[in-house]
Amino acid sequence: RQELLKWNGWGYNDSKFIFNKKGQAEFTGKRYRLGGMVLPTFKEWIEKTFGASLEHKTTSRASLNVNDVPPSIVNEEFLQDLRATKISYSQDAEDRVFRAHGHCLHEIFVLREGMFKRIPDIVVWPVCHEDVVKIVELACKHNLCIIPFGGGTSVSSALECPEEEKRTIVSLDTSQMNRILWIDERNLTACVEAGIVGQDLEKQLAESGFCTGHEPDSMEFSSLGGWVATRASGMKKNIYGNIEDLVIHIKMVTPRGIVEKNCQVPRMSTGPDIHHFIMGSEGTLGVVTEVTIKIRPVPEYQKYGSVVFPNFERGVACLREVAKQRCAPASIRLVDNAQFQFGHALKPQVASIFTSFLDGLKKFYITKFKGFDPNILCVATLLFEGDREKVLQHEKQVYDIATKFGGLAAGEDNGQRGYMLTFVIAYLRDLGLDYYVIGESFETSVPWDRVLDLCRNVKERIVRECKEKGVQFAPLSTCRVTQTYDAGACVYFYFAFNYRGISDPVHVYEQIERAAREEILANGGSLSHHHGVGKLRKRWMKESISDVGLGMLRSVKEYVDPNNIFGNKNLL
Amino acid sequence: TVAKQTTEWLETVSHSLFVCSQQKELTSKKRDEFEDILEERRLSSDLRYAMKCYTPVIYKGLSPCKPNAIKSAVLQSEQVQYVIKQLAKEMGESPDIVQEEATEILDEMGHSMQLGAVRFFAFTLSKIFKQLFQRVCVNEEGMQRLQHAIQEHPVVLLPSHRSYVDFLMLSYLLYTYDLALPVIAAGIGKADFLGMKIVGELLRRAGAFFMRRSFGGNRLYWAVFAEYVKTMLRSGYAPIEFFLEGTRSRTAKTLTPKFGLLSIVMEPFFKREIFDTYLVPISISYERILEESLYAYELLGVPKPKESTSGLLKARRILSDNFGTIHIYVGQPVSLRTLASGRISRCPYNLVPRHLPQKPSEDIQEFVSDVAYKMELLQIENMVLSPWVLVAAVLLQNLPAMDFELLIEKTLWLKGLTQTFGGFIEWPDNLCAKKAVMSGLALHSNIARLVDGHVVLNDKQVEDGAVGEIVFKRALAILMCATYRNQLLNVFVRPSLVAVALQMTRSFRKEEVYSCFSFLRDVFSDEFIFFPGISLKDFEEGCFLLTKCDAIQTSQQEIYPTDKGGVIVSFLSAMFRPFVEGYQLIFRYLSKETKEAFTEKQFIPGVRNFVFQLLEKGNTQCYEALSSDMQKNALAALVQLGAVKKKKMSNGFTYSVNQEAVNKILDMFDARIPVQKPVAARL
Repeated sequence: RQELLKWNGWGYNDSKFIFNKKGQAEFTGKRYRLGGMVLPTFKEWIEKTFGASLEHKTTSRASLNVNDVPPSIVNEEFLQDLRATKISYSQDAEDRVFRAHGHCLHEIFVLREGMFKRIPDIVVWPVCHEDVVKIVELACKHNLCIIPFGGGTSVSSALECPEEEKRTIVSLDTSQMNRILWIDERNLTACVEAGIVGQDLEKQLAESGFCTGHEPDSMEFSSLGGWVATRASGMKKNIYGNIEDLVIHIKMVTPRGIVEKNCQVPRMSTGPDIHHFIMGSEGTLGVVTEVTIKIRPVPEYQKYGSVVFPNFERGVACLREVAKQRCAPASIRLVDNAQFQFGHALKPQVASIFTSFLDGLKKFYITKFKGFDPNILCVATLLFEGDREKVLQHEKQVYDIATKFGGLAAGEDNGQRGYMLTFVIAYLRDLGLDYYVIGESFETSVPWDRVLDLCRNVKERIVRECKEKGVQFAPLSTCRVTQTYDAGACVYFYFAFNYRGISDPVHVYEQIERAAREEILANGGSLSHHHGVGKLRKRWMKESISDVGLGMLRSVKEYVDPNNIFGNKNLL
Repeated sequence: TVAKQTTEWLETVSHSLFVCSQQKELTSKKRDEFEDILEERRLSSDLRYAMKCYTPVIYKGLSPCKPNAIKSAVLQSEQVQYVIKQLAKEMGESPDIVQEEATEILDEMGHSMQLGAVRFFAFTLSKIFKQLFQRVCVNEEGMQRLQHAIQEHPVVLLPSHRSYVDFLMLSYLLYTYDLALPVIAAGIGKADFLGMKIVGELLRRAGAFFMRRSFGGNRLYWAVFAEYVKTMLRSGYAPIEFFLEGTRSRTAKTLTPKFGLLSIVMEPFFKREIFDTYLVPISISYERILEESLYAYELLGVPKPKESTSGLLKARRILSDNFGTIHIYVGQPVSLRTLASGRISRCPYNLVPRHLPQKPSEDIQEFVSDVAYKMELLQIENMVLSPWVLVAAVLLQNLPAMDFELLIEKTLWLKGLTQTFGGFIEWPDNLCAKKAVMSGLALHSNIARLVDGHVVLNDKQVEDGAVGEIVFKRALAILMCATYRNQLLNVFVRPSLVAVALQMTRSFRKEEVYSCFSFLRDVFSDEFIFFPGISLKDFEEGCFLLTKCDAIQTSQQEIYPTDKGGVIVSFLSAMFRPFVEGYQLIFRYLSKETKEAFTEKQFIPGVRNFVFQLLEKGNTQCYEALSSDMQKNALAALVQLGAVKKKKMSNGFTYSVNQEAVNKILDMFDARIPVQKPVAARL
């Protein structure tokens, strides 16, 4: 898999945004719907939004310089013991660097222009639960540090090796533990090894007519074990639930031994649920090896949709009403105006004059006839799933509510493009990096009554901080309400700016991101909805869960892993 | 624990930065130039001016709405509805009845801005102001800053309050500069301002709204009022204007701030309903205060005439009088977000629905108080001091009569000293000292006049009246004169209290001088404006300013007056002597004459008679102790020092004196015993 993926950016080697010879943007490869298409308005958008220009380009170095990589220090006795287990391992520089990072901006920047101070000394590839037990035993015996590695899509600095770690760091790559162990059709559960990647899991389940329905934006690359370890959330949680709703049973190997339950039941009252010590533990307690997860029959019918609202306020009010009536479709998202324009810029060249004429007509209808201001309006994207009949009924219910809030149905195509944006946006960052534009996303959850204030204030704070920090071009600061709940919503922000003229862009970026997080907390938002804490957001943990709460987590860590074998220093 | 230490450290740093910034602003002074806005009015038509195209700039996020829409938004708000439901439940009444009551309250205080009324005011005020004042000077840069601020964030205007003219003038000014007219939270007593039916209604149409001056127990009133202010603020509909001092200062000395309104206007930011709020300190200085004699009578306990419409009409008489120049200095807008950064724990606001009424936490209360003091200090900093203010200060130390030439010389000398201390003197260019003093005397001929080369107070009309009558007339003149000297006091208070402490301790040891300074600062904490809790900083600033004018020299351990510094030190302590002596008299009254619990209504006449008798017998010369303002402040100081107990009763507050404690404080004043205060470890 490592061969297929970029070493210094997001996703597959063959998929990326480029500017072709005519200076038009194009997305390469055949993996995505956007693949091979020309995006005629994208260049103009990028220039207008960031003040970026194709003439000002930075380039990453072409490949890893092996001489820069810190040496692998592993003691011979451990290697002997390891060889005896027949578990495959590697001390190769590229293998180790590949597992030394997630996908935070600063990590990618280091890959492109520098080198990590500390990386794993050795990578091991267990193929089953028993292998993991052996590795953890050896680590305890030789006092090593283990950092579990799944899909490597972390955006919380969770995979970075603590610089001050003197022990040998073992990167435990779960990717070879990727089988579905069994499927139980009567209880609709499946037992799966934790290293399986999201898209493989869905593909293999689909062969038997099932799915988990768990679709985080990173599902092409992230792993089941990683979802459990970070309390992941999926796009379609309204039907299938978040990871904590999906998981029936977890098996985890810790230095203290194996933790599991005696049965696989929908609910039990046996004190605090031990699964909740594991979910969100971010690799600090042990390695999740096997997970029993709920499955559902693959839905018969899927339909995208979209609604245009005159402004963001009305859109949020509509989403709130949908949540109140508990009739949210599989996914419902509301993007603000900036993100709507962003999505618009990624519209491929249209095939025929007829479609372009239709587009023009639609635009005319919305802006002129209905009086929507194209610089204020915003769009909700929808995804319905289930029986055909029920979907259509459901669709009508949602559109009826939308009408009450001034919404206008805006077609399937806009909806589908909205969701596609989610998957390709990470590729866009790599393109931006080539043209002095850096950016990232972050997220939070917030009660309904504070959604609007939080969105407005955080965006404003970003703009102000950029100005204060000497960023010379106005930043892109945009958000979407990406999940709805009974009591609140999940809000997702994109933030990017052109850093020409700034000597230390990553530092400036981090300062601004930190200010944005401060603003979120001051507005009654959470530290994280699903990205997790890692090392990036540790400083706010005490404030988030109180001293005593932190102490509770610490005491679990102390009992389970007294010698800090799982020493990635996340969370606590 | 590291994190804890770090946050604590950060808090300390940000707090000291907060304090520092306030200190720094006191020393680095670059002030704007003034423009006379009446000049143009004298040259062109008032009618055309009143009918000019008026399209004020507004807050960027504003969706325009009518006053009635705002009123109904207030009434329907979760906040007000919550209180209505609560009250209905408690009183066992239907919510409709309570709602009705709320509507009435809203109508009573709500403004309804109408352009016609605004134009009417623009026209009449032009006429009146031109009649009353020679010039109305404004710093244009301040107006430009304000214009920017209004577009950026909701704005709160915080003017000083010396006269009813204040809010008329400010609205007039904003109209002149094409800015949105402020919504004014003006206090109304029962028969006070709302009694002025016509003027009141006109004012309301021009944008003022009214709050009852006391509505302690009325939860509905408070809820409606608070929500009204916050709705105005959140919508950015118009700037909110109110007086930190709460009421007109009768002494021209800045009153200690009230916190209620300030904490209301800060709440939308704390709850993050808005991104930021600008607080704009505005200093309005009068060369001659319209109500000067009214105030003096009031301070001496002669009941003031009610401000009825007919009363105001009678006030037409004063239209023929000359009240000199007004200076309005619009200060730098202060971002509340910047002030609050790192100081407020966000938890209390995150864990309770935002529409529930919530008692502010201790750190919020402390923050509100700090901001209030900071804003008042900024007002003080930009108050314009006229030459007459210096004359009054000199004259009061040289009663009953002073040689004219000496007065000029001393005034000039004081001008230099005031500037060294950071005072903002408007001394017309090239105007020689003699002319400046003469024009001051001309403007204030009701207070003092020139007789045979000597300047004397105007207190001699009843030369052969009864003793009491003479004392009263004299007190009146002195209090009026003091109104002008008082404008200097907050600029002088830090170095002066060091000077007083030097004289009181008769010691050069820094430690002793400091503890005496600190004691005085505590005693006078209601009299002058001190930023809370930074006694040592104030002391250092006082010492610094005295060193700057070569009055003292300091070493690690000691403070000495220099040879020529004696003049300054004794001048400064003489300037504050009325307060030191006045407080002593009042304390003496409390320690001797009051055996039982008393109310304020009993206290004021009691102490007044006590002082009056001493004055009649010639046992004291401290006329200012007759001022009810000083009497109330002195009582409040004793309450704060714990020597008097204040108890809330059904009919208001009662006080009971701890004789021993008061005697002890008196002894400290007389320097019979050393000041007992824990001395700060690091000096």
